[in-house]
Amino acid sequence: MNQRILMKGNEVIAEAAVRAGCRHYFGYPITPQTEIMHYMAHRMIEAGGVMVQAESEVAAINMVYGAAAAGARVMTSSSSPGISLKQEGFSYIAGAELPAVVVNIVRSGPGLGGILPAQGDYFQATKGGGHGDYRNIVLAPASIQELYELTVDAFNLAERYRMLTMIFGDGTLGQMMEPVLFREEEPINRPDRPWAVTGTQGRREHNTVQSIYIEADDLEQVNLRLQAKYHEVAAQETRYETVGCDDAEIIVVAFGTCSRISRNVIRQAADEGIKVGLVRPITLWPFPEHILDQLSQKGHVRAFLDIELNSGQMLEDVRLAVNGRRPVHFLGRMGGNLPTQKEILEKIREIAGRS
Amino acid sequence: MAKVEFNEERCKGCGLCVPVCPKHIISLRRDRLNSKGFHPAGVEAMDQCIGCTFCAVICPDSVIEVYR
Amino acid sequence: MEKVFARTKGLTDKPFHYCPGCTHGIIHRLIAEVMCELDILDETIGVSSVGCTYNNYEYFACDMVQAAHGRAPAVATGIKRVHPDNMVFTYQGDGDLAAIGTAEIIHAAARGEKICTFFANNAVYGMTSGQMAPTTLLGQVTTTSPFGRDADLQGYPINVCEMLATLPGAVYLERVKVTDFKSIQQAKKAIRKAFRVQQQRLGFALVEILSTCPTNWGKSPAESLAWVDQVMVPQYPLGVFRGADLEVDA
Repeated sequence: MNQRILMKGNEVIAEAAVRAGCRHYFGYPITPQTEIMHYMAHRMIEAGGVMVQAESEVAAINMVYGAAAAGARVMTSSSSPGISLKQEGFSYIAGAELPAVVVNIVRSGPGLGGILPAQGDYFQATKGGGHGDYRNIVLAPASIQELYELTVDAFNLAERYRMLTMIFGDGTLGQMMEPVLFREEEPINRPDRPWAVTGTQGRREHNTVQSIYIEADDLEQVNLRLQAKYHEVAAQETRYETVGCDDAEIIVVAFGTCSRISRNVIRQAADEGIKVGLVRPITLWPFPEHILDQLSQKGHVRAFLDIELNSGQMLEDVRLAVNGRRPVHFLGRMGGNLPTQKEILEKIREIAGRS
Repeated sequence: MAKVEFNEERCKGCGLCVPVCPKHIISLRRDRLNSKGFHPAGVEAMDQCIGCTFCAVICPDSVIEVYR
Repeated sequence: MEKVFARTKGLTDKPFHYCPGCTHGIIHRLIAEVMCELDILDETIGVSSVGCTYNNYEYFACDMVQAAHGRAPAVATGIKRVHPDNMVFTYQGDGDLAAIGTAEIIHAAARGEKICTFFANNAVYGMTSGQMAPTTLLGQVTTTSPFGRDADLQGYPINVCEMLATLPGAVYLERVKVTDFKSIQQAKKAIRKAFRVQQQRLGFALVEILSTCPTNWGKSPAESLAWVDQVMVPQYPLGVFRGADLEVDA
């Protein structure tokens, strides 16, 4: 039974959500993530769940807000312009402390931009996006197998911390096919949800789900509680992968699709006698600053190279973590273009003084 | 036999109950102030009340109880 | 003597924050009374919107969710799709429902979402201090139409019930007012019918309640009721726009 199946990234996300116990999906079509909706349209019926095609991304995220308030495992998915529209709901979900999973299969911008892959929504995803002091947990898978596993994790994290958890993919991951191995059954351990609106059933006082607090002291207390939660998430849930960092002279920092390309270049650089390591953030928020801080203090590390599908957004977080101790170089492509292995190798040679 | 009771503390003195009373016995009590600073509505000639509930039904703040 | 009228258990004990004479209080009481009379208070989930009624989650004694401006029908959709056996209602004003939330209300109605919407139309933005609303009447002076609403500059009022009446999913639409004993009884009947429509899973139900805003209209509470009768009703005629023949009260 446990055999690998060849599947498209977007469909894996949808299947993973259903396996994780998600029975409510609200969406609106946008390329390059629409296969998630297509898959949900039949799969939710089979699973006894609900799929609603909303009138807009704004409506979809507010349906998510309602379903989450009602205590359901709920998801929506979109791509960059649609995610911009959903920001209002993200802020309310953060304020009301509701669990929800959002998928962003990032395309290139700004504006309507293009439908090709990009990582230009990094700031939006990790620094807030909507109004107010809040954070989302942001997971950045780099393979189809990881899309599956992180989608399942996203539901658990969302409910554990009552936070919006985002799967931050890009058009490449959404559209490509790779073998995926599904576990036979997902263990679903949902925390109690005494805060949910279910009707009082005459058994308790009435519940309210809200994000508004008119009194300054009340609202400050809410914010202090949120910040304490975010600190706990940063302490408990920061994830990253390192490859060959023990003796590397150059550390590449890249996530998602960029990390896949970079991984191949590490071997090619080694053939030329340049020791290159990779730090791959798996959580973009909380950002794995600690490992970069540590590496920047190692004698063997001479420089960092940040590679992204944007103009250098994570770069700011890398520089903050490195804190001026080592030079941080940058290689980025935009508009839907991907950096080639050759481009990356040339940049590494240049940093190593071998060009 | 009928009577109305006004929760004076909650009355905002909007006066909507005054004209709907068929017996014209409700007035804003200029001699009284509640803690919010409103002159609450009230009835002096309670013996004329017929318990019709007109005042209670129009009251936006549900401050009136009716007995009969 | 027997108590024949008392504050309904469908409301909490918290005093309303509304201005003196504001008819939101009457509408709240009617919804709460109907929930008690239909014995659905403990299965109902309400959605508060943005505007003067933003915090009516503190007043209704049922479970409540506070929604972003205009989004209450979408939030209610999410709730209802999770709890199809519970009663779900939204309480929205004219700015919320007929301006920023136009898409959400139309599509909730078009889907035949099995929820009730109670729509308080007082022809003005109350909370933000008296700006022109989509339902502001021609000639009506507001803080953003200081010379009176001019059709040439600011367009025409939106008649929500008539607009939604073209949608088969909106199975029950009625416009009522709460300016006197008789019309308040009629408004209560309409609210009751809307909940019955939902109980019987017939589709979307909306009751538009012509409401007052003495503060922003610059009128006394009594003058405001008269203004509804004399000025608003000609623009917003009362009656059933869909579902007149629905038999749900049995």
